[in-house]
Amino acid sequence: MTRLANGGVIDRQRPLRFTFNGKRYQGYEGDTLASALVANDVLIVGRSFKYHRPRGLLTCGPEEPNALVQLVSDGDQPNLRATEIPLREDLEARSVNCWPSAKFDLRAINSVLAPLFPAGFYYKTFMAGRWDFYSRFIRQAAGLGHSPKERDQGRYERVNHHADVLIVGAGPSGIQAARVSAETGHDVMVLDMQESPGGHLLFHPRQIDGRAASDWVSREVGELQARENVTWLQSTTATGYYDHNMVIAVQHEPAESWLKERLWHIRASKVVIATGAVERPLIFPGNDRPGVMLADAAVRYIRRFAAVPGKRVLIYTNNSTPYAHLETFKTAGIEIQSILDLRKSPSEAELSLARNSEVPVIVDARITGVQGRSGVKGVTYQNGAGTKTVRCDFVCHSGGWNPLIHLYSHAGGRSRFEQASAAFVPGERAQGAYPIGGANGTFSLAEGLKEATDVANTLFCESVGNSAWSTPATPATEDEVAYRIDQIWPEKGLKGKAFVDFQNDVTTADIALAVRENFQSIEHVKRYTTAGMAVDQGKIGNPNVIGLVSRELGEEQSSVGTTTFRPPFAPVSFGAIGGSERGPLIIPARTTPMTAWNIENGAAMDEAGANFRRPFFFPRPGEVMEDAVAREAAAVRTSCGIYDGSPLGTFELQGPDTGELLNRLYTNRFDNLPVGRGRFGLMLREDGRLFDDGVTFRVDQNRYLMSCGTGAAGPVYAHIDRLLQTEWTDLNVYLVNVSAAWATMCVCGPLARVVLGKLESDIALDPTFQFLDFRDGALEGINVRVARVSYTGELSFEVNVARRSALKLWKILMEAGKEFDITPVGSETSGVLRIEKGFISPGHEGDNITNPFDAGMGWIVDMTKSDFIGKRSLLRDIKLGGERQHVVGLLPDDERAPVADGSALLPAQESNSRSGFQGHVTAACFSPTLKRTIALALLKDGQNRHGEKVVISGLENSCVATVTEPAFYDPKGERMRA
Amino acid sequence: MKRFSIFSIARNALTGHRHWEKMWRSPDPKREYDVVIIGGGGHGLGAAYFLAKEHGITNVAVLEKGWLGGGNTGRNTMTVRSNFLREDSVPFHEMSLDLYHQLSRDLNYNLMVSQRGMITFIQSSAANRIALQMANTMHIYGAEYRMLTLDEVKQKIPIFDPSPNMRLPVRGGVYQPRASMVRHDAVAWGFARAADARGVDIIQNCEVTGIQQEKGAVTGVETTRGLIKAKKVGMAVAGHGSVVASMVGQRLPITTQPLQAWVSEPVKPVLNEIVVIRSYYGTYLMQSDKGEIVVGQGADPYPSYAQRGTFPIIEDATTSMLEVFPSFGRLKLLRHWAGMLDIPYDGSPIISKTNTCGFYIDVAGSGGFKTTPAAANTFAHLIAKDTPHPLAEKLGLERFSSGRLIQEGGVSANR
Amino acid sequence: MLEIPCPWCGPRNETEFVCAGEADRKRPANPEAETEEAWADYLFNTTNPKGVVREWWWHVSGCTRWFQIDRDTVTHEITPVKDPSK
Repeated sequence: MTRLANGGVIDRQRPLRFTFNGKRYQGYEGDTLASALVANDVLIVGRSFKYHRPRGLLTCGPEEPNALVQLVSDGDQPNLRATEIPLREDLEARSVNCWPSAKFDLRAINSVLAPLFPAGFYYKTFMAGRWDFYSRFIRQAAGLGHSPKERDQGRYERVNHHADVLIVGAGPSGIQAARVSAETGHDVMVLDMQESPGGHLLFHPRQIDGRAASDWVSREVGELQARENVTWLQSTTATGYYDHNMVIAVQHEPAESWLKERLWHIRASKVVIATGAVERPLIFPGNDRPGVMLADAAVRYIRRFAAVPGKRVLIYTNNSTPYAHLETFKTAGIEIQSILDLRKSPSEAELSLARNSEVPVIVDARITGVQGRSGVKGVTYQNGAGTKTVRCDFVCHSGGWNPLIHLYSHAGGRSRFEQASAAFVPGERAQGAYPIGGANGTFSLAEGLKEATDVANTLFCESVGNSAWSTPATPATEDEVAYRIDQIWPEKGLKGKAFVDFQNDVTTADIALAVRENFQSIEHVKRYTTAGMAVDQGKIGNPNVIGLVSRELGEEQSSVGTTTFRPPFAPVSFGAIGGSERGPLIIPARTTPMTAWNIENGAAMDEAGANFRRPFFFPRPGEVMEDAVAREAAAVRTSCGIYDGSPLGTFELQGPDTGELLNRLYTNRFDNLPVGRGRFGLMLREDGRLFDDGVTFRVDQNRYLMSCGTGAAGPVYAHIDRLLQTEWTDLNVYLVNVSAAWATMCVCGPLARVVLGKLESDIALDPTFQFLDFRDGALEGINVRVARVSYTGELSFEVNVARRSALKLWKILMEAGKEFDITPVGSETSGVLRIEKGFISPGHEGDNITNPFDAGMGWIVDMTKSDFIGKRSLLRDIKLGGERQHVVGLLPDDERAPVADGSALLPAQESNSRSGFQGHVTAACFSPTLKRTIALALLKDGQNRHGEKVVISGLENSCVATVTEPAFYDPKGERMRA
Repeated sequence: MKRFSIFSIARNALTGHRHWEKMWRSPDPKREYDVVIIGGGGHGLGAAYFLAKEHGITNVAVLEKGWLGGGNTGRNTMTVRSNFLREDSVPFHEMSLDLYHQLSRDLNYNLMVSQRGMITFIQSSAANRIALQMANTMHIYGAEYRMLTLDEVKQKIPIFDPSPNMRLPVRGGVYQPRASMVRHDAVAWGFARAADARGVDIIQNCEVTGIQQEKGAVTGVETTRGLIKAKKVGMAVAGHGSVVASMVGQRLPITTQPLQAWVSEPVKPVLNEIVVIRSYYGTYLMQSDKGEIVVGQGADPYPSYAQRGTFPIIEDATTSMLEVFPSFGRLKLLRHWAGMLDIPYDGSPIISKTNTCGFYIDVAGSGGFKTTPAAANTFAHLIAKDTPHPLAEKLGLERFSSGRLIQEGGVSANR
Repeated sequence: MLEIPCPWCGPRNETEFVCAGEADRKRPANPEAETEEAWADYLFNTTNPKGVVREWWWHVSGCTRWFQIDRDTVTHEITPVKDPSK
């Protein structure tokens, strides 16, 4: 146990027991899993992806590539970073992707076979036979943790938020930017990834305004959080920056105990990016050995968690950062072996820090090897004086800093390589993104604070007016050692494995190989070697990849360019993305006043279009679908049926030009329709294909009521509204969608008049009430409009009624029809009745390809009208002629042959004039009325083939059928006009 | 071209992999070629390969404005399938599948064709009808597309765990056993290496800025690397069709819309088949060889060349994914991106001559990865012979003025 | 997630709208006078520019008005149009 007696934020009074890789350990409240492992001297935390090399902790934050674990105790979550898991009592975690254990992993054999697995080896072999054979083994070896097997029990929600300025990151720059912005009175939102605000000040002992930085943080944040115009969220990661300043952020473990995560959609006028920077590793043989850690990470473990990674450290650097850490190591009782500096001449300020701590500095030095497989025993290095091996039990290295420009890049901002800081920093701006501090490549505390003041000031000084405005001062800080870096790459052809991407096991040799094989674009190198493609998404490794490629090519880093950072910044659970929309909430089903009644009365429900659920059929006990449909159809044909037509679309059109509009919308005329009458209309798309059909009534001189199919209601409304508002703005017509205001029930069958006649009513059902007439009045005191339309081919009354009265009227009708066994009818039965009648359905026979002539509906197309939607395309169809598919009827020779919808049509053997695919069955059923199988179909040149035989070729059955007119029952339509 | 094999790897291992050849040259452009192909993605490189291999035309340049395979070839979800609705679509897509299954050997480059099979959930009677129509049409052309009962679906996909109060209950599925996943980058690189070996010049970082014509016929292309003469120019620039075609004044019946895809962090194998949840939003998902759950959906709802998508699409798709795979709630989204789709009005590919003599176009249709080898092959045929390949006869631009569209309901996007 | 400036309702999320295509696509006054090619051009072809496009948007989940905006298809920058309903 290597835990300091004092210091850190851990609560030594609250020990927590936990299990890691099957062994029990103890940590404290305030630990992360990673810090507790450091404190317990657990060196091996995982295995690498390809070679299964033992790996230890490299970092202390979300960029950690090695310590990926399966969190068994909390929903069996895979691939969590130990550095991000707060320690809990009885927490249990396992390293991913190793077997049988992280300490002893059999797949480490890959390390021995490594010469056979260069970058991209799989493109060059396994070509004999099927890849599936090989991929079975490769897939087993790939993947990290395993997917949970149980349903996710977590609950989630999404919320929207607006802000004048969103500040991402509550480090010193973020806090200062928030302070200045808040004082202007604007709405400010601050997000911070960590549990507590302060950013790197949480880990480093700095001074601000002459006192401990932590005091400054708590005072500033306390004041800001108390303000009305500030929204402040900790443990919240901004994961992506989208169009028009929309930032998505995920809040972990919100205060509400029932909530797992909350996804924020934040629309801000300006976004200040104060996300800081992460340390970059150096590249040297053995840089992945357990015990080789980034210098800043080591300091964080010591400072915040009082967890000490070792007793004797060797520091390796190419920049000034680690010199500031010497004090921390000393205080923690760590012996500092020496500093190996790649640079030839560290600055005087740096050297004086080393002298103060009595640490020898060896300049112009390179590590050539790390001793120890599962823990560091020593380091071999080279300098002018030759090769030397020193003993140490851990190595801290620093290769400089990577500004976290991810959000800036998501927003469309460019990055540029800045030689002085050897980093990719924000370049040309996009949207309202303003990077400050470390994220902007400004690594000095003082300069970062000043930048925060300046940026916030520029954003808002205009809107608050200069006179009333005095910018809050930038707080003072103590002197810092100036940041200096000299990027020195390992020599070419380095011996030993030096890793560039730790997680995907990409080495310097892999990069060199890719370049040798002419993968020169950085994107090619990335894809060929998989560098930067692992779950850390290259946060720490990408700049090194770019550096190495530029070295191999002999080009400047700035010209090799950077890879695109794609969102999210850190992985986001699908649970949070899905929000609360589960089950019925995904797309709430629309209901009619009769929906509940239908379900209570045993309806099997089906999707009816436009998100309506409606009865499919009403099975009685013991009935299968075919029985129920036959019974329902028989009721309609012989006595009386009733169905709920409320999902149909209904539009009211008013205005002097309505007749003209309808003339242009439909293929037939409507301006000459008498008031009080309805007419069936056919609507085409502009490309001449069937769009919708339905009956439109003329209620008044300038007032029409249009009905359309359920699924078509939305598209038809859009179609008419578009024409009125964008093309025919001269037409004086108002269009209102009244679908939801009306409920519709259709009483149909030879006894429909008798049933309706039992109700007390002022509507005369006498012979003058003809087919396609409508009458307004009352039924049992309920105001209704009754229309004679028929979608079944039988005598039929469509009763339209205000929604609120619908169920009452429905029940009255059911009661009145009881003695005639009035039967509720589902959509499957309606379908059968339609097929018997040969009524064309744009959704079935239309199939996006059929024009009205193909459908045998030329009778409804008035080509003498000067124009209507689709007419020009019909002229084209007529002119071009050729073979089109026509709607036909099919009667199988075997009257009971089962025919499936969608069956293909092939020429029958006797006719050799045609070959190949001839069309398909659009709708088929066993007709309960005709007691035989019937079908509607689209058949090439079908109108000229009545009487011919075709083969109906189904997946399971085939049969021969005769081509007929598409009308099997009452072709003259006498019954519905009765 | 030195052949790749397990032996070549072993041999090179002995010399520390220091002696691998370049996979393709990076030549400077010549002043003139017989054929210039604009676009170094799968379609363009493939067309060059087939021009050389099947038509003996090797004096060919492929011009790529960025890096090979950097467009939609590197941005798709790697799925290849032939479950289409129309008799004019199915054979073309079947040809593509046939070619995919033999290309690894022909190219001596492992495209990692993983025949996982695709299962489309059926969640309404309308979906059932369309599945049947597709299945029957495909059956005629020898393509297997099988209806599955709910139990069969559950058997094939053990982690399928539909929510008990699911908005649209899954009734069953429809299954194409031959649908596969193909390593997308390998398609570009494999074609590039094989085309290069046959003498094709592949020229990267070479953007076409104009097309020169004389008397209605193409004479060459202006590029950022100078004028390159050619009497035949083929365009295979998924996501930039209108931009390049406008250089000869050709308008196209397409819109360019982002198609997004995203992946989870990699996990051990849990899902073998490619699964399509068609009912809500047309969401599809699969697990890559690497272990990532790869997810996608229909195109974004407006034209864009921004190569980024809109987040609500991901939210919608996630809700439908979690309905059937609720255990994925704690898997994490790792990366999301968008390709730019040139979506033809009818959703079918356009492989066509144009009003400008010698200027040929290959517009991929909605989701061009699956058609890559067939489109490349038939495009090469069209360029070489100036007449369409029999399987692409109906894919010309003429279909739009004649009204003989190939309306596809089974495509990933339509307008 | 675009923020669409509805001239009547102000800025709203894109999910309230339908992008309804290029505004310069105008139905010919006399379709029958159009050649087959011209008619097909109207029906199917687009300009589909990489850059600024003037297009119709429909505020379907709002005021249901149709209006025009200028939108850059690369940057997604939106500029309102002076008389958006023309």
